[in-house]
Amino acid sequence: MHRFANPARFLRLAAAIQPWTAAATVLLIGAGLYFGLIASPADYQQGQTVRIMYVHVPSAWLGMACYSTMAIASAMALIWKHPLADLIGKSAAPIGAAFTFLCLVTGSLWGKPMWGTWWAWDARLTSMLILFFLYLGYMALANAFDDPTRGAKASAVLALAGFVNVPVIKFSVDWWNTLHQPASVTKIGMPSIDPSMLLPLLLMGVGFTTFFVTVLLVRVRSEIMASKIRAIRLMQIHSTPGAVASGEVVG
Amino acid sequence: MTRKQRRLYFVLLGMLALGAATALVLTAINDTLVYFYSPTDIKAKHVGTDRRLRVGGLVEQGSVVKQGEIVRFVVTDLTTTLPVTFKGVLPDLFREGQGVVAEGKMDGAGTFQASEVLAKHDEKYMPKEVTEALKQSGRWQEEEGKK
Repeated sequence: MHRFANPARFLRLAAAIQPWTAAATVLLIGAGLYFGLIASPADYQQGQTVRIMYVHVPSAWLGMACYSTMAIASAMALIWKHPLADLIGKSAAPIGAAFTFLCLVTGSLWGKPMWGTWWAWDARLTSMLILFFLYLGYMALANAFDDPTRGAKASAVLALAGFVNVPVIKFSVDWWNTLHQPASVTKIGMPSIDPSMLLPLLLMGVGFTTFFVTVLLVRVRSEIMASKIRAIRLMQIHSTPGAVASGEVVG
Repeated sequence: MTRKQRRLYFVLLGMLALGAATALVLTAINDTLVYFYSPTDIKAKHVGTDRRLRVGGLVEQGSVVKQGEIVRFVVTDLTTTLPVTFKGVLPDLFREGQGVVAEGKMDGAGTFQASEVLAKHDEKYMPKEVTEALKQSGRWQEEEGKK
């Protein structure tokens, strides 16, 4: 684990992995969309509306997986002070926020025709909305300080504290009466979802995951570049006296 | 103990304490976190006619009666039943044997006066052909009865 904390080694590894995850994303989401929108049957109750699930459920999974990634990276940043862990947390946040937002919007679009309402303050929906606000709070806090290291420390603590929300989201439908239906895929025993509908769902789920990895790698690489540029500028400031005063270098 | 170890234990202890605190709070306010009550809960609580609440359960087979705009049906959790009266437009998924959540108040006569009715979808996803095959083989009801 500590071996990969070296930014140069990480950059080499990322450059090697990225084309593969990008290609897998195109193939998996392409196949997922084909099976989800064309080659799968309509539901016996929901009709064609069931197809929203193929975007909604993977978005929800990734919204939570992204937050877990952020929390683990934050813990590693706080304990072992890996500079790379901070960058991973910071890079994962907007991606996770986008997935969570997509999950909330598609869920709302499904809820109106099926339940009869766009929104309900039940435990599952509310905890998912809290997750979205946690992402927004994390991003705001990470960028609130002039010194990036201070922002990183504060936001890492927030990410860890907010992690208690993730199991609450997952088990909300089992612990309390909710309007939202309980889990279908991760049910003990057989998933209560027909194989013809499970296939596009899983394809989309894996496709969303490889998409997340691809975008995360791109963002971490650009964060590494940005911190290098920052370091070079700081060096310039120190080596050329008067540069700051004349306004040549803006950090 | 090195500083790294100290930080590791600090983070682990912090997470443990936070998790325990959250669990305690959620257990304490458990009653307000439920979105709806079952007919059994409502019977046990003896709720007054002034409190707005939600009741959820299955629409009992053969209980739906429509009189113009007014719909009467019975909500059941398979132990207790509760008659419901509703005036308005029902959601598309509202049907007998399906889950439903109604919001409103109890009246003096023990009937639930709903002002809003939402359909509750279950976690089953399958094509129409499969449900028909299940019904033909007689396994459909068996699965329903297990719930």
